[in-house]
Amino acid sequence: MATSTKTTTDEFIKGLWKENPVFVQVLGMCPVLAVSNTAINALAMGLATAFVLIMSNIVVSLLRSFIPKEVRIATYILVIATFVTVVDYVIQAISLDLYKALGAFISLIVVNCLILGRAEAFASKNTVVRSTMDGLGMGIGFAFALLCLGAVREILGSGSLFGVELFHDSFQDWVVMVLPSGGFFTLAGWLLLFNWMKQRKAKKEQSAALTLAGEAAQ
Amino acid sequence: MVPADRVRDEEQGGIDVSNAELSAGAPPTSTWHMYRAMVGIGVCCGLLIVSVYQVTLPVIERNKAEALQAAIFDVLPGAVTSTTYRLQEPDGFQVSEGKDAGEQLVYAGYDDEHALVGIAVEAHGMGYQDVIRLIYGYSFENDAIVGIRVLESKETPGLGDRIETDPDFLENFKRLDVSLTDDQTTLANAIVPVKHGEKTHPWQVDGITGATISSKAIANILDQSAEFWVPRMHAKRADFEGQE
Repeated sequence: MATSTKTTTDEFIKGLWKENPVFVQVLGMCPVLAVSNTAINALAMGLATAFVLIMSNIVVSLLRSFIPKEVRIATYILVIATFVTVVDYVIQAISLDLYKALGAFISLIVVNCLILGRAEAFASKNTVVRSTMDGLGMGIGFAFALLCLGAVREILGSGSLFGVELFHDSFQDWVVMVLPSGGFFTLAGWLLLFNWMKQRKAKKEQSAALTLAGEAAQ
Repeated sequence: MVPADRVRDEEQGGIDVSNAELSAGAPPTSTWHMYRAMVGIGVCCGLLIVSVYQVTLPVIERNKAEALQAAIFDVLPGAVTSTTYRLQEPDGFQVSEGKDAGEQLVYAGYDDEHALVGIAVEAHGMGYQDVIRLIYGYSFENDAIVGIRVLESKETPGLGDRIETDPDFLENFKRLDVSLTDDQTTLANAIVPVKHGEKTHPWQVDGITGATISSKAIANILDQSAEFWVPRMHAKRADFEGQE
């Protein structure tokens, strides 16, 4: 998995951009589509998931030699479920309104494949420092992606951002954007943008390589 | 802890066979190690959950109480203090101190001169997506519902959730008639939903175009709840007075 040439900073950066869990790996789509109807919900969900991801990565990598592989999945789920329950109580204590808005999706962080995926594919094979950086990067990348969706959907769907009205009264809200279908539209738009950027970069590299090869041939 | 022969049995059993590829030649883990890992982590997780629960419980309770208090004052304009009563049939209403499950509670609101403003009642019923929970204020003076607030709903954002925000719809509940028949046992007129713009009587609820089911649900929840509570509260009005 992690090669020795990779620094801990690389482990952090990759989750933010190159291997962004939502835009590149397309993981954990259920909360991404469901609670990104406003920027504040999206940010809260993103941060809650990031917290669980970082904590479970730390614990799993700390205990990686203690956990026999036969029971590893069950143990990871146990660890993840614990942190999700903690987050659940803490959000209730911070704001009941936020808790109501996020609803069942907080509990469903347990089954977010991103978290179990990182525990299994990364934290169980790497040191605590690397796993923490990986969790931080992936978690922030996930929160960032949710915020991207939430901001677009809230601006177009309710004409506001973080609850602050942006437009004059005459702005006609695109109600569809805050409905589930709006989630798919927005996600499709972002994926289009990311893939277009990736393709453009690949083309550039290819043409650069061709020019180099051509020069070498001459 | 575990008898040796049982350990051997389990090692030869299903767990190791199903994980044969994972083990990939490595010696099988002893059952004791598996127990140790799962039980040990389980106990630690349990302790963590219990301690977080204990720490956050008072804050959560306070948040809930504050939210309820704010909702009571919201639906009873002019109220500054409130007292909780429980229904004790057939005697009437008594001040409720503790919080026993299954009790039927109402909240009496009083103004700054300790005069009774009205009673806030919680009600719930089926909406479009899920159960809608709301609280409404009943005023004896007006024989009317004088305010409602939705406490919990999962109505469609942008459509059904306008039951909480639509100004025309909320206008219905500034004074929604729930006067009783002459014998004081039932509502003179049931609360009925009508199409938007067709409201002609003070007991009708003017619906929202695009949120027909949700706005009808509100009218039906209010009708059922008022049918039960208003005659009882009316008959025992004296129970609420002179307490504060």
